[in-house]
Amino acid sequence: MTKDIIDPTVFEELCAAMGEDFARELAATFLDDAENMFAELKGSVKNQDADTYRRAAHSIKSNAQTFGAITLSERARDIELSGEIDGAAVDVLRATFDQTATALTGLLNG
Amino acid sequence: MVEKTGHLLIVDDNKVNRILMTRSVEMLGHRASVAHNGKVAMQMLAEDDYDVLLLDIEMPEMDGFQVLEALKGDPTLRDLPVIVTSSVEGLENVVRCIELGAEDYIAKPVNKVLLQARLNSSLERKQLYDEQKRLLGRFATEEVAQDLQASGFAIGGSRITATVLFCDIRDFTALSEPMPPEATIELLNTYYTLMFEAVTSHGGIVNLMVGDGLMALFGAPQPVDNSAQSAISAAQEMSRMIDMLNEERTALGEKRLKVGFGVATGEVVAGYAGTQTRATYTCIGKTVNLAARLEAHTKIVDRAILFDAETRQNLSASADCEQLEEALFKGFSELTEVFSIRN
Repeated sequence: MTKDIIDPTVFEELCAAMGEDFARELAATFLDDAENMFAELKGSVKNQDADTYRRAAHSIKSNAQTFGAITLSERARDIELSGEIDGAAVDVLRATFDQTATALTGLLNG
Repeated sequence: MVEKTGHLLIVDDNKVNRILMTRSVEMLGHRASVAHNGKVAMQMLAEDDYDVLLLDIEMPEMDGFQVLEALKGDPTLRDLPVIVTSSVEGLENVVRCIELGAEDYIAKPVNKVLLQARLNSSLERKQLYDEQKRLLGRFATEEVAQDLQASGFAIGGSRITATVLFCDIRDFTALSEPMPPEATIELLNTYYTLMFEAVTSHGGIVNLMVGDGLMALFGAPQPVDNSAQSAISAAQEMSRMIDMLNEERTALGEKRLKVGFGVATGEVVAGYAGTQTRATYTCIGKTVNLAARLEAHTKIVDRAILFDAETRQNLSASADCEQLEEALFKGFSELTEVFSIRN
């Protein structure tokens, strides 16, 4: 697992500050809710809805930062600031998220 | 330092952020409610009291900028401290939040120590505002308090067109003489409660109470559509309420109250008069004197409500008015037209 996919120290800090049980639940919520955000993102590509596109990417970025998912947050930020709707970038983001989800799940079970 | 705790409203469209923020502030001893967009937040703010708003910017329906604008335009919410918590990009957006009245800005992910410090200072500020408002409320009417909060306090007046209403219980001294003092105070309290209700429900303010007399102002400091009509409607309503009170009094074998109303419209000088430490919102001018003279004149012509030509002009043509004989009032060099209205 590369540190850029998930920085384990960020999650450790979250556990220390908020309690481990809470941090675990929050991580599960993140993974769960991300499906809704990707659904919005894909829908916005289809409907050419720039506002929803930007907002969904912004939400993914924000959550990625909370869990130390550096690459995911950077790619989401690029999409948020790009100013144009790009379906291919969304696919790349999705692949990054899947890697992140695997790494985070590993961290939760580790 | 004693940590302050408060009721916070967290506004964020992102579920993870809402859960994380709620937990963070609860761990600091605060109570939290959540809204998932600005529109829901505005509804919640209208229904309940909060001490601090923790506001996200990027949201559907109504975003954080729009919420800040709406708060700024609402006198009851203008002083609510807002801490913007966002990962919105660009310094210009942070500046915009502050310009729109946000107290503070904390970037996400939110650092807990920073959050604690900002919350404490916001809660302190909220407490000061509340205290200030409470004091203002005790010494001034709500309209004057709002005017003071909006424009700041300054001794001095401005010329405006408004309608002045005077009312007075006739022969109150004779009426109250046989009564025990407690009963007199109780009667005055009932009377004032009725008068206040009638004046404020028609957009006016009561700005002077002396004994059994009362002066109300319509059209200042808050503008009303038709100050003359508002004042006359208020006088009519008061008159009806006095009639009801009299029915009760008659049933109890007590003497009936007779109340006279004088109404005049025109230019007045209104503003804060007094010193920096003790001042009242008041108004002076010929219109005020005329309203007082008209009120006194009700005894002579035996009418409940009298008003001047300027007020008459602003009433609808169909109003059931009666023109009385012109009168020469003290302090006025010319004869004054006098009108009355049938109840």
